[in-house]
Amino acid sequence: MPDAAIAVEELSLGWREKVAVRDLSGQFLKGSITAVVGPNGAGKSTLLRGIMGWVTPLSGRIRLTGESGTTPAFMPQQGDFDRSFPINTRDFVAMGAWRRVGPWRAFSATERERLEHALQAVGLADFARRPLVTLSGGQLQRALFARLMLHDADTYMLDEPFSAVDRATTEDLMDLLLQWNAAGKTVIVVLHDLDLVRRHFPQTLLLAGQGVAWGRTDDVLTPENLHLARHLCAGDYL
Amino acid sequence: MEAFYLPFVEFGFMRRALAGSAALALAAGPLGVFLVLRRMSLMGDAMAHAILPGVAVGFLTAGLSLTAMTIGGMVTGLTVALLAAAVSRLTPQREDASFAAFYLVSLGVGVLLISLRGGNTELLHVLFGTVLGLDDAALILVSATSSITLLVLAVIFRPLVMECLDPLFLRSESRMGPVVHVVFLLLLVMTLVAGFQVLGTLMVVGIMMLPAAAARFWSVTATGQMILAALGGVFASYAGLLFSYHANVAASPAIILSAGILYFMSLIFGTQGGLWQVARQARARSLRLSRISRRDE
Repeated sequence: MPDAAIAVEELSLGWREKVAVRDLSGQFLKGSITAVVGPNGAGKSTLLRGIMGWVTPLSGRIRLTGESGTTPAFMPQQGDFDRSFPINTRDFVAMGAWRRVGPWRAFSATERERLEHALQAVGLADFARRPLVTLSGGQLQRALFARLMLHDADTYMLDEPFSAVDRATTEDLMDLLLQWNAAGKTVIVVLHDLDLVRRHFPQTLLLAGQGVAWGRTDDVLTPENLHLARHLCAGDYL
Repeated sequence: MEAFYLPFVEFGFMRRALAGSAALALAAGPLGVFLVLRRMSLMGDAMAHAILPGVAVGFLTAGLSLTAMTIGGMVTGLTVALLAAAVSRLTPQREDASFAAFYLVSLGVGVLLISLRGGNTELLHVLFGTVLGLDDAALILVSATSSITLLVLAVIFRPLVMECLDPLFLRSESRMGPVVHVVFLLLLVMTLVAGFQVLGTLMVVGIMMLPAAAARFWSVTATGQMILAALGGVFASYAGLLFSYHANVAASPAIILSAGILYFMSLIFGTQGGLWQVARQARARSLRLSRISRRDE
């Protein structure tokens, strides 16, 4: 049995009175690719933020067992940053190298090569000098993927990476995720599109304020489970 | 031709004024660019006013003493900066609203305190500066502050850009975010306090925000905007001093107005979203559209 990249034990997360995730236990296996699905308000983003250490658990534990014990590379939902900032695409993507270059080190030849490779991989090589603000929604998402790629982390977590992009871009970027996974990376993606999940993700976690089901996608995404998830989340607002 | 440089050759006070305001502009412009980028333009205003009560207390205890007023200004400036940061983090109050409240109160308190002991002359001195009467101590203070500001900006540039552009990302990568934010506020207060000697608490924000806002219309990179803002501020200082000399008007408003003209020129003629360019592009687009629709008919 392979090791867990991230394991959670009886985890509860939330802010003050509002508990967003209750008593969740399970693990993301090393080298696996897992979809996290659930209705709005199911605690999907909160779970990822908890894993990043941005939300302190109300109870329970999160164990990160990456080789260097580093935090995963994380892509929050779109709209969290200032698109109009005067910077070109290459410099924006280059931010992804932070863990190696930090605030002061220069970009070495290897580092620049990585940067060009990442831009090429997402199909933005020709847009490197374009100001960020001129990129379309899909191109911007590609730039974010390139930046994430530059991390070279063991684990990647993405929060609804395809919510604002067209089908072609989704397919391209989905291919990238599968490539990262094939290269041995652990990948965790919050998604809404269940067809996409069924097609590409062998593992799924269904959340609805608590873990509804976690395991093989076919076993998780059953009509009964989905109905239960909707029911549980609706209850929160009644 | 001589009119453009002779005043600075003939009069020591003009040379000092130019040196002082140029030194101030070199640091104030880049800081202003970051204020504009973080949509905190009002914050500069608020901070400049926040200095006033401290300066006033310094004035009450020691008269028009550079040291006392500088220390007083630093103390209240930093207090308000940290308070405002805390308020915006801890309460749902929007940042601009709490800043507006802070700066109006500060202005009232400051002017009241100064009028307790001083007359109109002292009040004018504090509000509008003494750019034509800079002594050695003031010149050294301004140049030292500007040098430190530029050096520190260079040191924190990368994380500062990340903090403006994508604070969440910086947070996922390092714990530097809050530190960088506080260091930036420190630089801001330092520069404003040093700058009040030159242009006064009311005018010093002008040399910070106007060149920065103008630079936005010419460059699409943060670096380019910072360089342009610094140069623009230096040019405004020169032009303003020259104008005030020849037209015999007050110097610090003349400097700020020169920066203002620079801003309006950029607003109209700027190559990055200036009005002229926007209008031309709109005309070209409608022309193209009408040509297409004529062809379709």
